[in-house]
Amino acid sequence: MDVLNEFLKTRGIYSLVMVLFFLGVYGMVLSKNYMKKLMAMNVMQVAVIYFYLCFAQKDGAMIPIQNGLTTNPDAYINPLPHGLMLTAIVVSLGTTGVAIALLMRIKEIYGSVEEKEVLRRASQ
Amino acid sequence: MSQHAPIFIVLLPLTAALLCMLFSRMSRNLGAYLVIASIAASLASAITVLNNVVAAGGKAIHYTMGGWMPPIGIEFVLDPLNSVLLVLITFISLLVSFYGLPFVKDEDWLHVGGYYTLFGLLTVGLCGMIATGDVFNLYVFLEIMSLSGYGLIALGGKKSMLAAFRYLLIGTIGASLYLLGVGYLYAMTGTLNMADLAALIGPHIHSPLFAMAVGCLIIGFGIKMALFPLHGWQPDAYTFSHPGAAAFIAGCMSKAPAYAMIRFVYYIFQVNNPVMRSALDIIGILGVGGMLIGSFMALAMRDFRRMLAYSSVAQIGYIAMGVAMGNMYGFIGAVLHMINHAIMKSGLFLVIGGIVYRFGVVHLYRLGGMNKKLTISTITLVLCALSMIGLPPTAGFFSKWYLMMGAWTSQNYFYMVVLVISSLLNAIYFFRIIEQMFVQREASLPDVHPHEGKLGLPVPMAIPLAVIGLTVLFLGWYSADIINGIIKLGLPEVFLR
Repeated sequence: MDVLNEFLKTRGIYSLVMVLFFLGVYGMVLSKNYMKKLMAMNVMQVAVIYFYLCFAQKDGAMIPIQNGLTTNPDAYINPLPHGLMLTAIVVSLGTTGVAIALLMRIKEIYGSVEEKEVLRRASQ
Repeated sequence: MSQHAPIFIVLLPLTAALLCMLFSRMSRNLGAYLVIASIAASLASAITVLNNVVAAGGKAIHYTMGGWMPPIGIEFVLDPLNSVLLVLITFISLLVSFYGLPFVKDEDWLHVGGYYTLFGLLTVGLCGMIATGDVFNLYVFLEIMSLSGYGLIALGGKKSMLAAFRYLLIGTIGASLYLLGVGYLYAMTGTLNMADLAALIGPHIHSPLFAMAVGCLIIGFGIKMALFPLHGWQPDAYTFSHPGAAAFIAGCMSKAPAYAMIRFVYYIFQVNNPVMRSALDIIGILGVGGMLIGSFMALAMRDFRRMLAYSSVAQIGYIAMGVAMGNMYGFIGAVLHMINHAIMKSGLFLVIGGIVYRFGVVHLYRLGGMNKKLTISTITLVLCALSMIGLPPTAGFFSKWYLMMGAWTSQNYFYMVVLVISSLLNAIYFFRIIEQMFVQREASLPDVHPHEGKLGLPVPMAIPLAVIGLTVLFLGWYSADIINGIIKLGLPEVFLR
């Protein structure tokens, strides 16, 4: 039991994040609908964001605001990973936007976003 | 002025690209001219930077932004290796932006503005990726490059939507893996600055996290640079992309990730540790696979563009192989091949753009009589093809020579055999095209855009073609100067000890 507890305490959250990441990849490979592929892609990107937020987490630390009590860096949470992930969220928003625009054009041209149907019409 | 040149390389095209739509709204071609002028200024800044770096004996220029000193702030670091690549990218970008003008001349302001906005942003992304000294900043520029690249590929017509969408899905996996790798590195060392990372990574190289980070980074860059077996997106993307921009996409978009891989492998992680040595072996095997499979697939293709796309897979394999040798000659060969391949592949896609513009089809077996209709294109094509095969005195010979020397030095005779086989296959499929053009009887193709006269193409298209053709010869002629004067100044520390 101790081993399991230790594992869950130190690596549990990272395992879950990895499961989420590969669920995303799995969905992108196996779903037959382009919209679903896109959603799986978003799941994958969210997993990366979680990963950063998890390793930035610290027990008993506070938000990085100067409160006059302490200047010890251990008392604060590192804000940089959160800042980085704001950028990554913006990037994933941009990617999703471009992808949806492309999907709309695909729907216009082929009349469907099902992979089978699109490939059938594309090969004609 | 000259101390601010590093930032101008990125800042000018970025500003121009963002203003492009506004200017296009006012007057249809104004935005396009603005972007072209900004790219020309960016080329001038890149040449200034290269000059300064070489004059300083290869000492890197550090340009910090906003008064934040590294390792906290973001900086641009320009050493001989990346400043020569910046000159290359901006040079090709300038030629191709000029070349794109006839393709958009019948469109309305929205299309012209959109095309040149995306083109400017693609240049920004590539230059930023190469110039930056910060690993997260590299991710941001990687995404700028990818998103504008998806847009330019999607502009190519009906079939290109599907190619762009697939590339978007696969490319996002690559970028996410890169971000994961950066996450591991940050968790280990607590820094994002490349120079700082190189100094702090030392104690961690035996931890499994480091192996994980290296794996993530190599797969991520492998997807972006179309390293075999991660090249699935690439033939469609190159084939269906906008014919005016295809030369830039095919020539440069795989080079920036390849450069980033070299930067990580040789300058940050160093190659003298067990994890990196096995990583290099894997890169080498993938490179060899790409060289063989790419060349064989290129033989089987009937579409000229698709053939070149598969030949790109093979050429990226050469670069990966040079990286994997882990000695000085291999490194020089890889860098030189990056430069040469960018020029050659751009030249070939410029030729194809001309054929598409004039006739609308690029079937491999309908090229007969092209030597009479498109004389300049034919000369460029022959020069580029000879260079791809690796005949002296064209550029391709010298990079292959250095790759051979690298394989000989590391006593990896298998690499030498593969190099020769792949070169022979190159010769087969390029001589097939030359035979089609010169020997076959004239193909009866209706003109889409009829053009009389000696050039066979509008002037903005003929000039870049001629310049690229001359550059292939020039690079071959001055390759010794490029190697001794520039690349050898910026060798990674591993080779200097």
